[in-house]
Amino acid sequence: MAKATYLDAIRQAQMEEMQRDERVFMMGEDIRCNVFGTTTGFVDLFGEERVRDTPISENGFIGAAGGAAMVGMRPIVDATISSFLFPAMDQICSIIAKSRYIYGGQARLPLVLRSCLFYGNSNAAQHSDRPYSMFMNMPGLKIIAPSNAYDMKGLLKGAVRDDNPVLSFEDSTCWMNKSELPDDPDFVIPLGKGDIKREGTDISVIGVAGGVNVALRAAEQLAREGISIEVVDPRTLAPLDRDLILQSVRKTGRAICVDPAHMTCSAASEISATIVEHAFHALRAPVVRVTTPDTHLPFSPHIEKPLYPSVERIVDAARRLVGAVAPVPA
Amino acid sequence: MSIAGDNDRKIEKYRRMQRIRQFEAKAEAIHAQGEIPGALHTYAGMEASGVGACMALRDDDYMVGNHRSHGHPIAKGAALRPLMAELLGKATGVCRGKGGSMHLSDFAMGSLGETSIVGSGAPVAAGAALGAKLQGLDRVALCFFGDGASSEGAVHEGMNLAAVWKLPAIFVCENNRFGMSTPTAHAVAGENVADRARGYGIPGVIVDGQDVDAVEDAVREAVDRARAGLGPTLIETKTYRYGDHAVNMGRELTPRGPEHDEWLGRDPITLYRARLEAAGVSAADLDAIDKAVAGEVADALSFARESAYPEFEEAFDHVLVERLPIPDDVRAHA
Repeated sequence: MAKATYLDAIRQAQMEEMQRDERVFMMGEDIRCNVFGTTTGFVDLFGEERVRDTPISENGFIGAAGGAAMVGMRPIVDATISSFLFPAMDQICSIIAKSRYIYGGQARLPLVLRSCLFYGNSNAAQHSDRPYSMFMNMPGLKIIAPSNAYDMKGLLKGAVRDDNPVLSFEDSTCWMNKSELPDDPDFVIPLGKGDIKREGTDISVIGVAGGVNVALRAAEQLAREGISIEVVDPRTLAPLDRDLILQSVRKTGRAICVDPAHMTCSAASEISATIVEHAFHALRAPVVRVTTPDTHLPFSPHIEKPLYPSVERIVDAARRLVGAVAPVPA
Repeated sequence: MSIAGDNDRKIEKYRRMQRIRQFEAKAEAIHAQGEIPGALHTYAGMEASGVGACMALRDDDYMVGNHRSHGHPIAKGAALRPLMAELLGKATGVCRGKGGSMHLSDFAMGSLGETSIVGSGAPVAAGAALGAKLQGLDRVALCFFGDGASSEGAVHEGMNLAAVWKLPAIFVCENNRFGMSTPTAHAVAGENVADRARGYGIPGVIVDGQDVDAVEDAVREAVDRARAGLGPTLIETKTYRYGDHAVNMGRELTPRGPEHDEWLGRDPITLYRARLEAAGVSAADLDAIDKAVAGEVADALSFARESAYPEFEEAFDHVLVERLPIPDDVRAHA
C-alpha cells in the first residue's frame, strides 16, 4: 500500500491490466506523449503496437475499438475529455451498446472507454461536459464514475475485466486526491456496488463523482451543527446500486442528490425518482437535487464557479430538510 | 455433374447468386402477404457484387455489412434456415429474432454485423482488421457499404484509420445508383467513389459489379495485398438494385431512368449462366442447381414457419453479458 493520486490510480490500473492480459491495449489521441500522466512509461513497457496514438477521429477509433473487441481484443480507449465522446455517439450508441443485442448474443464487446469530466476550470461550454446521464439512458453500457483514487483503481481494473462495454467518467476535480492504493494485482472493485463514504442518521446525501467529495465536506460542517449526514456513493451509475441508496434513505428518511451534471435528466434525477418510487413511505421530507442548473458553462470563473454543487448549497438544503436555521455567527 | 477444379468455384458462385435471388423473391412474396414484419431491403440485382467479394475471402475472414443485409451472409456461405427464421422474427433466427431484415449476421461465418446505421460498419471493419493484426492472425476484414454511405464521416474515418495503420481491410462500395430515392450523382461529389482512394494513398479500383468473376478477381488482389501487410484497398462495384429501397412500400420511391432497362439487360445471373454454358456447363446442370436452390429456400421457409417465437425473457437477454432483471409490471402484461 502506498498513497497515490486518482490520476496515478488510472495509470496503475492500466499498467497492471496490460501486464496481466496481452489482449488489453490502449488507443487514443496523444496518449504516447502522456498528457495527463496516465500512461507514463507505457511505450517502453508495452511498445507502440499496444499504445497507439490515433488520428483525431473519435467516431473512427472508438468504433474500431468495438471491432477489435468483437474479434477478441480488450481495448482501453482514452478519449481524453468527455465532450469528445459526442462525435462518436453513433459508434457508442449504435454499434458498441447494441451489437451484442441486435445480433442475438453473437457479439461480445469487452472494451473500456475512458474520458474525463473537465469542468470547473474555465474551459467553457464545449470542454466542460458531464454527460454520463445521457449514456445512462442507453441500455448495453456500464458506467463508472469514481470519486477517489482507491475506487478509481479498483473500478477501472474491474472495467477492463468486465465482458461488457464500460464507460469510465473520471472527474478532474478528483485528479489530485490521494488514497492508499492496494498493490495486489487482483485488487478489483466489482461494478454495480456502491459504497457508504460516511455513516449518518438524519439525511442521506447521494453523491455522483466529484459530488461525493463536496458532500463529504458539507457533512463535516453539518456535523458541527448537530446534523448527521450519511454520504452514499453509487460509484457505478449503470448498473446503479439502487438497493444501497434505498437502504440508506429508509434509515434516514431524507435524501439530497448531489450531481455536477445539469439538472434535467441527471443521474440525480434518476436517483431521486428511484427513492420516491420505492421508498416513499420512509420519506419525512421532499427529495432534493443539488445539481448544475440547465445553463451552459461560461468561461469567466466569476460566473462559472457558482453554478456547480457546492458545500454551501448542500448545507442550505440539509438545514431546510430538518427544519433547522442557520446558526447565527458569534 | 461432371465439373471439376476451377469449374467447382464457378458453379459455387452461380449457386450462391441463385440462392440470393430466390431467397429474396420468396421473402418479398411473403412480406407482401404480411408474414414478415417491418421493412424488407432486398439485394436482387446485386448478387455478383456480394458473391464475387465473398468468394475471395476465407471462411475465417471478417465481414461487416449494412441494412441491405440478406445477400452478404448468403454470399459468404451462411445456412438459409436461420436467415429466413430471422426475417419471420423466430427464436431460431440467426439473431434470435432481435435483428430482423436489416441485420442478418452469421458470426459463425466471420460476420461482425450487418449494421443499419448507414456507414457505421467502416470503423468496425478497421477495428477488426486491427484486432487480427495485433493477434498475429492473417485474417482480413471486408466492409460492404453503399454509394449513399460514402458521404458518411464514419466511412472516411474508417478508411483513413485503416490506411494510416496499414490494416488488412478491404472497403467495398456497392454503388447501386441510389441512396434510397436519391440518385448517386445528386449526393456523391466526383465521378467515382473509388477515386477517393487516392486521398488515402491506397489503391482505388472500379469493377463491373454485374460480373462476378471480375469482382472476385479485384477483391482477391486486395485481399492478397492486405494479407501481405500492404494495407487496405477501396473497391467500387458498379451495380444496380432491382427492388425499391425497401419493397412493398405501396409506391415506388426510386426514380428509374432510361438506363433501367439497360441494367436489367445485364442481369448478373443471366450473364454468368451464359458464361458457364459457353465454357461447357450444360443447361441441364444449371437447371438442376436452380431447382436444388428452390428446394433449399422452400426448406428454409418451412423451418422458419415451424419455429417458435422467442420467449418474452429473450427481450432482456444480451443487453449485457448478464441477463437483466425483468420489471414485475412489464412481466405481468407481457
